[in-house]
Amino acid sequence: MDLSDSPEDAEFRARLREWLGKVLPTLPPKPSPDDWPGRRAYDLGWQRALHDAGYADVHWQAPPGVRLIFLEETEKAGAPYVGAGFVGLLHAGPTIAAEGTPEQRARWLPPILRGEEVWCQGFSEPDAGSDLAALRTRAWRDGDAYVVSGSKIWTSHAEVADWCELLVRTDPDAPKHRGISWLAMPMDAPGVTVRPLRTLAGSAEFAEVFLDEVRVPVGNRVGAENDGWRVTMVTLSFERGTAFVGEVVACRRVLGELAHRARRTGRWDDPVLRRRLGSLNAEFRALWRLTQWNVSAAEAAHGGVPGVGGSVFKLRYSQARQELYDAAAEVLGDAALDADRTWTADRLSSLSYTIAAGTSQIQRDIVAERILGLPKGR
Amino acid sequence: MRFLLTEDQRALRDGARELLARRFDRAALRAAVDRPGVLDRALWRELGAAGFFALRLPEADGGVGLGLPEAVLVFEEAGRRLLPGPLVATHLAAGHVPGAAEGETVVAAADGGGLVEWLAQADVVRGDVDGAVPLRSVDPLTPLHAVPARGTADPAAVLLTAAEQLGTATRACELAVQHARAREQFGRPIGAFQAVKHLCAELLVRVETARAAVYAAAVTADPADIAAARLLADDAAVRGARDCLQVHGGMGFTWEADVHLLLKRAWVRTRRAGGGTESEELLAADLLAGADR
Ligand SMILES: Cc1cc2nc3c(=O)[nH]c(=O)nc-3n(C[C@H](O)[C@H](O)[C@H](O)COP(=O)(O)OP(=O)(O)OC[C@H]3O[C@@H](n4cnc5c(N)ncnc54)[C@H](O)[C@@H]3O)c2cc1C
Repeated sequence: MDLSDSPEDAEFRARLREWLGKVLPTLPPKPSPDDWPGRRAYDLGWQRALHDAGYADVHWQAPPGVRLIFLEETEKAGAPYVGAGFVGLLHAGPTIAAEGTPEQRARWLPPILRGEEVWCQGFSEPDAGSDLAALRTRAWRDGDAYVVSGSKIWTSHAEVADWCELLVRTDPDAPKHRGISWLAMPMDAPGVTVRPLRTLAGSAEFAEVFLDEVRVPVGNRVGAENDGWRVTMVTLSFERGTAFVGEVVACRRVLGELAHRARRTGRWDDPVLRRRLGSLNAEFRALWRLTQWNVSAAEAAHGGVPGVGGSVFKLRYSQARQELYDAAAEVLGDAALDADRTWTADRLSSLSYTIAAGTSQIQRDIVAERILGLPKGR
Repeated sequence: MRFLLTEDQRALRDGARELLARRFDRAALRAAVDRPGVLDRALWRELGAAGFFALRLPEADGGVGLGLPEAVLVFEEAGRRLLPGPLVATHLAAGHVPGAAEGETVVAAADGGGLVEWLAQADVVRGDVDGAVPLRSVDPLTPLHAVPARGTADPAAVLLTAAEQLGTATRACELAVQHARAREQFGRPIGAFQAVKHLCAELLVRVETARAAVYAAAVTADPADIAAARLLADDAAVRGARDCLQVHGGMGFTWEADVHLLLKRAWVRTRRAGGGTESEELLAADLLAGADR
């Protein structure tokens, strides 16, 4: 059990700190949350800066320990979040790195790393959410292309994406998990229509995507035809396993801010509130340790592809994040109902964590069946 | 950073697990329940000989020369088996009280909380126990005296208690899953029903989160990490035992099933070495320790 930095880790941390200290003050101001082109440019600009400084591939090619140091230090320094880069950097990219051909890796990975292209995730459909394998978007072969028709929903960042990791049904007669393929679809292809959806927070964070005979080259398929479910499991293991881990550091910062605010406003004298914040401190400390544990285990056992331990983490983290913002509302009092506050926006967005990337109910099934070996069935 | 058990640590844990499985199996546990308040002195000496108490004493002083992470692994195994006795107090007395390291002397301690375990059976009592009054303990395997609470708890006692809670939580999860696989209703194992499945999943989630917190606290020995470990481990043990009882249905409510023993021991430990409120306050204060924001 070792939690200390190796000499190489310590050097990485020191160099990163120094670089962050230099580069962060030079960043342009953050765009407003509704300015999507602005957000895209800002997020890609940050990725470009990381790339130029040699940190581009830290999310999926660096040793996991190094990745945690990166997440810890960037968050502590107040660096930008991956934002529009979420799908490309945290799960489409790692999936292509693990499952793609050399040509596919050469085509798609460098632009993600250089901050040139944004990806979105076209998995869910109106009638295929938790039951993802029930998806119906069809793709049939026409020469060297698939012709794709159907629709996707809740597609985050679709408005500003260049590529979509798209699940399609290539064999309608096969059992539902068997006839699926994983495609990289260009979002500017003829036949792709994006219609923004308003979230409960009032923003157009995600969208509906309509696909009308969109031609996607066969060479854009990652993995074998009809073997897309297996590839999807790799994508989801990254999404659930490691994509949220950096946010734990951010939650710890938020908790510290809350405590100081409570003290300034006198709320700290309430022992019930104080102890609630104390137990949240325990929770987020533990979640960070669980992250370190999972990441060490993934490195040792799976060569970097996270195991189902990610579901354990996601279950606990999604709950804790909601409790954090409920506690924040308690500290803020009436101001917690002011929609213009970032606290309020963050509280609203925390509501998605027990739904997106597989609901808590689905995660519990995964933990029970795949880790504890309980029988399948409802 | 490589936050995993080393090979030596795994060997130590497996060794402790085997020793306890051999010397304190289920029959021994139930026999102990039938003779409450009696400590198995021969077993205590065996634990001493195996290095249970001298684990963290320097080799120069006749100890094993290991650290908190190793102690935590061994205490977790003790918690998993519900091994009775003032294990933490005797472990912490090694090197201070003659015979404690070897398991010749049974040591009880007042540790800042309002209860002392195994007071009447101990050879040596550390701390101030003036005015101690016996209670009829809810846990048949832990005799208790009430004392006026004084002073603060040793963080090592808090951490080792958390390790025992972790072991008990792990056991609760194992028992629940075993039962969910074996017991059939409506023509299939109850573990196929999602309501049962989800109870088991939450048991595991609490165990794994507590494990990460307890092991990390053993590595850093940081008081806030230790307080966090305690809160997570208390929760994993108490709620775990309760959920395990639920999964067992009516059978879980009987004296014959071991579930109540898990829950009662977990309850006793939540009051040891201060208690959860103290840990929450420590962690609240810790939030203000950084620069003003
Ligand atoms: C903010 C946000 C962003 C998202 N981004 C994307 C994205 O970029 N790309 C993408 O493809 N998708 C995205 N999603 C979609 C997300 O993956 C789905 O919403 C999610 O998987 C749940 O599916 P559903 O909405 O159809 O709910 P349903 O599957 O209809 O579930 C409704 C309720 O029923 C429960 N339920 C369903 N099946 C079971 C079962 N077997 N056992 C027990 N309970 C069950 C669920 O837990 C839930 O409580 C996003 C969602 C959100 C909220």
